[in-house]
Amino acid sequence: MGHYEAPIREAIITGDKSYHDITVDVAAPIEGKANKSWWIVFSIAIVAMLWGFGSIAYTIGTGIGVWGLNNRINWAWDITNFVWWVGIGHAGTLISAVLLLFRQKWRMGINRSAEAMTIFAVVQAGMFPLIHMGRIWDGFYTLPIPNQYGNLWVNFNSPLLWDVFAISTYLSVSLVFWWTGLLPDFAMIRDRATKPFQKKIYSLVSFGWSGRAKDWQRFEEVSLVLAGLATPLVLSVHTIVSFDFATSVIPGWHSTVYPPYFVAGAVFSGFAMVQSLLLIMRKVSNLEDYITRVHIENMNKVILVTGGIVTVAYLSEFFVGWYTGSSYEDFVYLSVGAATGPYWWAFWSLIICNSIIPQLFWFKKIRRNYIWTFIISIFINIGMWFERFDIIVINLSRGHLPSSWTQFSPTFVDIGIFVGTIGFFFVLFLLYARTFPVIAQAEVKTILKSSGNNYKAARDLNQPNPTPKVADASSKTSIADDKSEKTNTLLDRLGKFDPNTEKPDDLKKISGVGPVLEKTLNKIGLYTFKQVSKMTKIEYDLLDSITESFPGRAERDDWAGQAKKMIS
Amino acid sequence: MSSKVIHALYDDDDVLLNAVKEVKAADHHIEEVFTPFPVHGLDTAMGLERTRMGVTAFLYGLTGLAFAAWFLNLIMIQDWPQNIGGKPSFSFAENMPAFVPILFEMTVFFAAHLMVITFYMRSKIWPFKKAENPDPRTTDDKFLMEIPVEGDSTALRALLEKTGAIEINIIEKSH
Repeated sequence: MGHYEAPIREAIITGDKSYHDITVDVAAPIEGKANKSWWIVFSIAIVAMLWGFGSIAYTIGTGIGVWGLNNRINWAWDITNFVWWVGIGHAGTLISAVLLLFRQKWRMGINRSAEAMTIFAVVQAGMFPLIHMGRIWDGFYTLPIPNQYGNLWVNFNSPLLWDVFAISTYLSVSLVFWWTGLLPDFAMIRDRATKPFQKKIYSLVSFGWSGRAKDWQRFEEVSLVLAGLATPLVLSVHTIVSFDFATSVIPGWHSTVYPPYFVAGAVFSGFAMVQSLLLIMRKVSNLEDYITRVHIENMNKVILVTGGIVTVAYLSEFFVGWYTGSSYEDFVYLSVGAATGPYWWAFWSLIICNSIIPQLFWFKKIRRNYIWTFIISIFINIGMWFERFDIIVINLSRGHLPSSWTQFSPTFVDIGIFVGTIGFFFVLFLLYARTFPVIAQAEVKTILKSSGNNYKAARDLNQPNPTPKVADASSKTSIADDKSEKTNTLLDRLGKFDPNTEKPDDLKKISGVGPVLEKTLNKIGLYTFKQVSKMTKIEYDLLDSITESFPGRAERDDWAGQAKKMIS
Repeated sequence: MSSKVIHALYDDDDVLLNAVKEVKAADHHIEEVFTPFPVHGLDTAMGLERTRMGVTAFLYGLTGLAFAAWFLNLIMIQDWPQNIGGKPSFSFAENMPAFVPILFEMTVFFAAHLMVITFYMRSKIWPFKKAENPDPRTTDDKFLMEIPVEGDSTALRALLEKTGAIEINIIEKSH
């Protein structure tokens, strides 16, 4: 079968990777220890989260009155935050589902984290309608279940109830899609795990995945069908969120353009959040070879397109509002009234962050630049928050009765809950980055031969496969030909194992050594970590020439370094 | 009962795929192949039948659709018809447009979840299930072919060596 890919396409896996390198790179953040900056960011996130939980507890204990809502503006930050978080959640499914249907290979490097982001964002989103109920313990009334009032059912004509069904379907389907994709990667971590506790946990979460041919066949079909289901699902979710507004009779809300405009806006904000997160993660977790400039550029192109759709929607809303000549339309969130009224700053934040700044991505230099991308993605995150704020607060701040015109000012509880969800989101994401395989390594391995830089380069030279990185390590010149002689040389250098005074170690604990290889090593006379820890380049070469398998492997995996750690 | 199997280990997907074809051509039964990632074309090379997961998803989707239609009709039309915003609930057909979002969500919900559950059951993957890949390297970068052995295995061994296996082991397998 062919792994051909047009040479004009840039490699999306760089750094001359082999299959095993991918394993090692993806497992590294999980097997290593967290660094100082992780702990600092995690602590800040925990504090923010606790502040948010405190604010939520205060809200539930005292009532919605602790928020800044008033008679006229009866929805404000809560629903703004809800829509903002749901929107962010859209990029994950778009990347994992829509790009799968379109067979986009670059999705492989980023889909896992984008899906994680989706799930964590939807968790944040889901909290807002719940706490907005005020009496959260009556939340089960949103479900069509029999209750003490007999035939008191929910109203299935209401978009708010459609929301309950859409969001919960979206969250649960995204979760199983994500987890099913995780099984082979958890299995990889499980099979590498050296600590018993780690092994137990990853055995549990990998559901005993074994990687049989039949399992893979089903796995691929299930992924494809889930992608086919999730694609209309993701479109439906934000469509239904937009119905919350569009089916009402509030000026500025009852707009037929809302569903497609909300979906585009959601994808726009979601990709911005993916950029913000992944640009940091690729550095912190050393994944630069898997999340490359190509990924960043492609995502920026999606941002440019969806940002364009959103801008066209703004313009048409603005125009239509003006063209109606209705005085009520002159205070909606996209109008001259809004641009010059008391909420001018919110109006212009929206226009500048969402419509003007992203246009910089037309320049190839900028959309391929990590720093620029990060800065612009932050602006988009802010701009998309303002979009929802404008839709809700500006539209509600004016109405048919001028005496009730008012403005909204958030209380510390409003702010606390919002900041708290950001903290909670980062707590989840940071924990995820330390415990989950953040790259879908099994899927990345399938595209290595078509899109790895070394494979692409070899193909350009008409070679079937790239030469292994450490091929010259197995040069056999100065080493004696006779195997037993080599074995003796090796043991002289590393020290002989004395069964009377020493105990053999479990060499399988060295990652890269399996039961078979362990036996081979034992046959040669290598039994202890102490012996392995003394190995240097010369001994690795010797070993390779004796075993005549896995050339360069011991050196690549740094057996000596690993063995030293085992001893200490 | 115990039987003998050969475990042939490969370190490349293309070599493995070719080996599977050659072993099949030599009329050997391949019991199982364990791979770290989906190798495209492996299922056809091994002679596996097409999976019917997609079909189950379709059937589950229909079930979800039917279930949603049933409970929407029961709740909104039969049991307690309401006049909401001047739009009374007289018949299912007239109210159907308002039910489309729920009908759709329930279709997706049933199709997705029941298909995944079916997949887990059929492939025997669930929490606390023990992994059954015989070599831990098969989730990393190695590919393992399992072939049952009857009688003399030297010819098969030679064949496997010729196909590029990097390790060949005969394992006593207890059932």
